[in-house]
Amino acid sequence: MRTYAMVIDTRTCIGCGDCVVACKNENKVPAGLNRDWVVEATRGEYPKLQTEFRSERCNHCGHATCVTNCPTGASHYWRDTNIVLVAAEKCTGCKACIAACPYDARLLMHPDGYVDKCTFCHHRVEKGQDPACVSGCPTRCMYFGQIDDRDSEVSRLLRERRYKTLMPETGNRPHVYYLL
Amino acid sequence: MNRREFLKVSGALGAAGAMPTLLGGCAARPLPGSGKVSATPTVCNMCFWQCAGTLYQEDGRPWKLVGHPDDPHCAGRLCTRGSAGIGAYLDTDRLRQPLLRVGEDQGQRFKPVSWDEAFDFIARKMEAIGKEHGKDRIALFSHGGGGDHFRRMLQAFGSHAYAHPSFAQCRGPRATAFSLTFGEGVGSPDRTDMANSKCIVLIGSHIGENLHNSQVQTLTQALDRGTTLITVDPRFSVAASKSKHWLPIKPGTDIALLLAWMNVLINEDLYDHDYVARHCVGFEQLVEHVQAFNPEWAYLETGLDPALIRATAREMAAAAPASLIHPGRHTTWYGDDTQRCRAIAILNALLGSWGRPGGFYKQEKVDLPEYPAPKPPKPVGDWKQLVQGDYPLVGTGISNKLLEHSIGEDAFIKGWFVYATNLPMTLPGAHVQIEAAAQSLDLMVVVDTMPAEITGYADVVLPECTYLERYDDLRNKPERTPSLALRMPAFAPSHETKPAWWMAKGIAEKLGLGAYFPWQDYSEVLDWQLQKVGSSLAEMQTLGIKMFPRKTAIYFEEGKPVSFSTPSGKIELYSSILADVGQDPLPKYSPPERPPQGYYHLNYGRAPAHTFARTINNPQLFELMPENAVWVNPAAAAVLGVASGDYVQLENPQGRRSNRVRVRVTERIRPDSIYMVHGFGHTDTRQRLAAGVGADDADLMHNVRIDPVAGSTGMRASFVTLVKTGEVA
Repeated sequence: MRTYAMVIDTRTCIGCGDCVVACKNENKVPAGLNRDWVVEATRGEYPKLQTEFRSERCNHCGHATCVTNCPTGASHYWRDTNIVLVAAEKCTGCKACIAACPYDARLLMHPDGYVDKCTFCHHRVEKGQDPACVSGCPTRCMYFGQIDDRDSEVSRLLRERRYKTLMPETGNRPHVYYLL
Repeated sequence: MNRREFLKVSGALGAAGAMPTLLGGCAARPLPGSGKVSATPTVCNMCFWQCAGTLYQEDGRPWKLVGHPDDPHCAGRLCTRGSAGIGAYLDTDRLRQPLLRVGEDQGQRFKPVSWDEAFDFIARKMEAIGKEHGKDRIALFSHGGGGDHFRRMLQAFGSHAYAHPSFAQCRGPRATAFSLTFGEGVGSPDRTDMANSKCIVLIGSHIGENLHNSQVQTLTQALDRGTTLITVDPRFSVAASKSKHWLPIKPGTDIALLLAWMNVLINEDLYDHDYVARHCVGFEQLVEHVQAFNPEWAYLETGLDPALIRATAREMAAAAPASLIHPGRHTTWYGDDTQRCRAIAILNALLGSWGRPGGFYKQEKVDLPEYPAPKPPKPVGDWKQLVQGDYPLVGTGISNKLLEHSIGEDAFIKGWFVYATNLPMTLPGAHVQIEAAAQSLDLMVVVDTMPAEITGYADVVLPECTYLERYDDLRNKPERTPSLALRMPAFAPSHETKPAWWMAKGIAEKLGLGAYFPWQDYSEVLDWQLQKVGSSLAEMQTLGIKMFPRKTAIYFEEGKPVSFSTPSGKIELYSSILADVGQDPLPKYSPPERPPQGYYHLNYGRAPAHTFARTINNPQLFELMPENAVWVNPAAAAVLGVASGDYVQLENPQGRRSNRVRVRVTERIRPDSIYMVHGFGHTDTRQRLAAGVGADDADLMHNVRIDPVAGSTGMRASFVTLVKTGEVA
């Protein structure tokens, strides 16, 4: 079992949205749909303020409720990893996965009638490349690698820096990490 | 109270996709890149940064744009707009064929014509202007390299007047101030050595929102290394949110802060004695000048805590000379902009950062010979003296002055070529003047890839192909390491579009000036130049970019004398040139005007998804950011009775109103100001996505303050109020 993680440094993310465009180009995502997006969260009152930018996407959960709730087996783990994929030819578009995802409808309906989502660019990972969003990010705030490899950069960052995941209380074991 | 605001800033359409009618049974999807992939080098033209990259196609269809790993402008990573360059190529609203105005009325009626007919018309009009008024009466407004071909054609004809709005509407005060102080400018890409800075100070510069690629990259690398970032901005910008110190300054009071910082550096003896002694003149006058401006004085002007002013000055000094007071780029704010930029230059000199690691490095480009062609004849008169004689220190054209001299029967300028600059949204508050100029001019030719407000005023519209469909001059920009990069066609030009070089040559031939363009195809020029520096077009078509060795040191060499191109040969803290022309030789602060009751400072800036007004209609970028919601502080929103998502119109004190635009209530802006991203509010309906969406800041600017030194247009002294349209969220 290989566990892939994306680690995103909120200190250097500027919310530019290049990850969104890079993903849409790489994966030929149709107009109007997105596999990733950027959130801006501001706290406080002028002039005592904090703003955080987060590039968000599928969390490629260790316990993916979209996989366990898929009636046709279309939602599945890629090979022996935590990368969650949808097999278009098995997907009936029933949207059980969308309902089962705790991360607010991150899965989206492709016009061709199947649920489409972030794949961590497994077609690039297979060739030893980073996902398109990571390799395109102009501020280099995004990192990708195996967290079961102690020597990987993502492991080192998670050892050395404070971080959070989104809604860990769901028990889904998300694998997109945000450095604080 | 701990207010929270969440905003999905991109990809807002996420899950709202179309419902499928088909249920299951579609074929397995091929993985990206599993087809036939081809790669073509390019140089991005989505903004002026010009990053080198590669356009990939898969099975004959455009796939993606990726930065070139060796490129000093992007280090392998294009920005949001660069990644979306395919959208500019695929935009279905592009200009398709040459257009000729039909009838003499002000209606926008055009008929498609052949290139030959368009060139004939232009040449006849130019010759008529030459005969009636003189051959020096045609002006060029240009933003982008393609304009150089038209400049050559116009110079060959006898017209030398030109302006890049990027001077008088953007970099002008900075270029002027740094030249006065150090004898040279900051350059583009800016020669800031942020990769090595230990302290970076941004004065209203919102790097990160202006996505100048390598600037952003070096700033974030600096943050990663723990560099101290100090940001001065009335708005909680993205850079402010990354800063150790954010100084939420009262709008328009920056010079007061800069003087107070000088006061602290001098009076606490924190400046670089050796550097000042060796390289600077005018220190004694400066010492005397800043005595009155202590942090307590500055507090009354800026609203900033004197203790914070002192603390930040000490931090800069502790990091010096690797301490960069960033010069900014868009510096046309309040009309005293050359003085503010001078203050920034002087602070850098006190810290000893010019020419030192972490401050400003020395740039170098490739010594590329010019293709052998006849030199255009020398100008017959002095157009600069005639048009902008009041600004003797400015060596380039001032667009707003050229505009003034294009209005009326006896105006000097009788014809315009406008290359890739949408003047109605570029020149602040100039709609009345541009309309008047359009009435007066005998000829207006507009060259662009997209229809826009300016093409509506044209007599002839010439459709240019996009950067992905053409050769252009080699990119040869001053940088840390000299390099050449190639832009070449990845696609054949769409419709009947053509590159600028082809148009300029065609018009020149109609005028009998073909000898000035002694080549058939511009690739011949590129190949000739490349051969001269040991490469070739064929090699560059494979490499995309080639690096060349530096010939000079990147920083001052310790112990060696340095000569500056100023009258004294030194860094001029006290500017002898400014004294000579009757301007303040040391920066002077004058308090800005405050908004009338019920009005707010109109503050504007950039967003990473767009370049000015040029990319709003790009389908990829429009999807990412389709509107420029107006930022309003909750306190102001309560007074105005507006909430996030409500529509309003902005109205200036003269009653000029904007398009309707949504409100974004946010703590990130001061209660006395509103903020909006520049570039929205297109009115030309031929841009089908962008038309009528968002508001245009430039059109609301009623109080444009002209800088007495640079002649540039101060664009931050205007006020607006919000008028509810009744459409609530």
